[in-house]
Amino acid sequence: MNLLKSSLLLAKKDLFSEWKTKQVLVTQIIFASLVIVVFSFAFDPSNNMTKAVIPGIIWVIIVFAGVLGLNRSIVSEQRNETLHALLVAPMAPAGIFLGKFLSNFTMIIIVEIIAIPFLFLLFDFNMAGSIPYFILIIFVGSFGFVSIGTFLAALAGNSKSSEMLLPLLLFPIASPVLIGVTQATRIILSDMSKLSSALAWTQMVASYDVIFFVISLFLIDYVLEV
Amino acid sequence: MSMNLEREKPVLPETKLSETKRSYLPKVLLGSTIVTMLTSIYFIFLYAEEEKTMGAAQKIFYFHVSSAWVAFFAFFVTCVFSILFLVKRQRIFDTYAYVSAEIGVVFTIIVLTTGPIWAKSAWNTWWVWEPRLITTLILFFIYIAYIMIRQMDGVWDKKARLASVFGIIGFVDVPIVFFAIRWWQTKLHPVVFGEGSDQSGGGIAPTMLAALLISILAFTVLYGYLLNKGVTLENMKIKVEHYKEKLRADMEN
Amino acid sequence: MIDITKLTKQADNKLILRGIDLKVKKGETLAILGPNGAGKSTLLKIMAGLIKPTSGLVKMKGLDLRKNANEVKKSIGYLPHASLLYDHYSPLENLVFFGKLYRVDNAEERAIQLVKEVELSYFLHDPVKNFSRGMIQRIAIARAIIHNPEILLLDEPHTGLDQGAMTILNNVILSMKEKGTTTLMVTHDFKQAAEICDRIIILKNGKIVDDFTVKDQSLGMVTEKYKIQMEGVS
Repeated sequence: MNLLKSSLLLAKKDLFSEWKTKQVLVTQIIFASLVIVVFSFAFDPSNNMTKAVIPGIIWVIIVFAGVLGLNRSIVSEQRNETLHALLVAPMAPAGIFLGKFLSNFTMIIIVEIIAIPFLFLLFDFNMAGSIPYFILIIFVGSFGFVSIGTFLAALAGNSKSSEMLLPLLLFPIASPVLIGVTQATRIILSDMSKLSSALAWTQMVASYDVIFFVISLFLIDYVLEV
Repeated sequence: MSMNLEREKPVLPETKLSETKRSYLPKVLLGSTIVTMLTSIYFIFLYAEEEKTMGAAQKIFYFHVSSAWVAFFAFFVTCVFSILFLVKRQRIFDTYAYVSAEIGVVFTIIVLTTGPIWAKSAWNTWWVWEPRLITTLILFFIYIAYIMIRQMDGVWDKKARLASVFGIIGFVDVPIVFFAIRWWQTKLHPVVFGEGSDQSGGGIAPTMLAALLISILAFTVLYGYLLNKGVTLENMKIKVEHYKEKLRADMEN
Repeated sequence: MIDITKLTKQADNKLILRGIDLKVKKGETLAILGPNGAGKSTLLKIMAGLIKPTSGLVKMKGLDLRKNANEVKKSIGYLPHASLLYDHYSPLENLVFFGKLYRVDNAEERAIQLVKEVELSYFLHDPVKNFSRGMIQRIAIARAIIHNPEILLLDEPHTGLDQGAMTILNNVILSMKEKGTTTLMVTHDFKQAAEICDRIIILKNGKIVDDFTVKDQSLGMVTEKYKIQMEGVS
């Protein structure tokens, strides 16, 4: 329980500081909008064929906007060595991981809440499938991506060029999640008759989430050692 | 507190280890590599029957599969030694993990180059988005990332620790990647290439199987030889570094 | 209070600490002197639980640092060179966050009181990034003692301080000492070491080469002993 309390405190601290500076969130949202605009150049929004690439665009936004924030969440702790302050405090490294995960997850959800409706609006996309399922798959996918992303950001944070290293570490490791969620999103957005297969994909991603969340909790001790 | 923590470690325990081994093990490995390699070449080109449709191009299949096996095995070894390193914290385990990952990457590159050559003659296309190929590609990226962690600046034990963590994560990821991709592919266009890339028109001739098994054996022995050589080389590097460090300390005092 | 046996630390083939044995009694104030690269900061970091030793045993309050990390960490206040503060947070927000992290009751009251003690009440709500080095160090001191630690680990606390901050720091250390806090201090400032500390150890090449008690705050004795150690070998 102590672990959870400390991690909530840490997440609250991160979100509050984000609320004060609004640096990362604003960057992420502008970045997401820019991605949408760039895609509108590449794929004509008035063309019906474009609908097919919408699931892909959603995840491109989440992944790239997410990487920006993930890297930031660890690098910000290196200023004045505040990460050391957390490490000497009576709190397990797993608590630090959990706290960082919670704040990153909250931020990515906020980005999604703003960017995805914006995308649908600009591409004039009419939802054919079910919204609750759509939210579920976005949630499950973001969870997996952010949990392994937070872990690898902590790992990459040891490097001086962490912002370059992180995507190289994260994308191959997160590939099962990305395959799973893009498939599930595509099915749910276009063809509800194949719902069962979308749910199967969601289950696969969920099991990935569980496996890597647990592994991260175990291995974070070694990553955060000084 | 356990006993081994209180024992003061000698500064470079691993150099002695490699010196005592050097006398016979590499020679044995080199000898058996040459013998098994020659045997496997004999089996591949002379003993095994030629495939009907593809002809001689099919021979690449033996190297392809053996390399793939060695790559996977090497990454497995990396994972095992990574765990050992995190538990025991001895540099020798880290050296093994690193060398094994490097060898794995080399063999993954062989797989990724022989794969398209095989694909061209089998399916008349250079690259197919086939589960095993994509998995191998992602595997390649994962271990390139592993090596990039090793290239970070900083003290070795930090790099070794981080790389070990990534080595474990990466290896755990491999089966999930494979599973996900296979599922994805069969959902899109169900069973186009039969069971996969290994089988040419249903089943494999016994002579081919024999050649395949022998070439797998030869490649595994080659892997053992490379691992041994690589570790010896790394140990020498560490030793040189150590002597330089000593020299520097002497100059300072 | 602190009991260190056969502590070694190896990094990159280099032995930073070569077998440190050290016992510190409760309420003692100990200064650690030594040339650069002697392993002073490393020793402090190991005691703070930041770095894992290569071998050896660290016990605090009779508890093993490895096994009861959380228990031990609760009673340690650590003040390194970096401020360990969040730049865009005000002193109050910083202290409340760390207070809560250490599970201090009434973290807010305690934070306000500490800011008052370090004489920065006017800047209670200003972000720390606008502060001068001396002001930041004052808040950093407050941060290190927010949870009333029983053991205080200070890494060159006097470096770069103005006179005001220096006095405050010394007052804090002395008032903590009255409460029975054990203080370990890495320093280059012999004058401060002689004034504040009861006992001094000199570290060289990862080994304790001298260990003596200071009498009558005599600066001469400290410098003399230090000189003997440094000249004796080189």
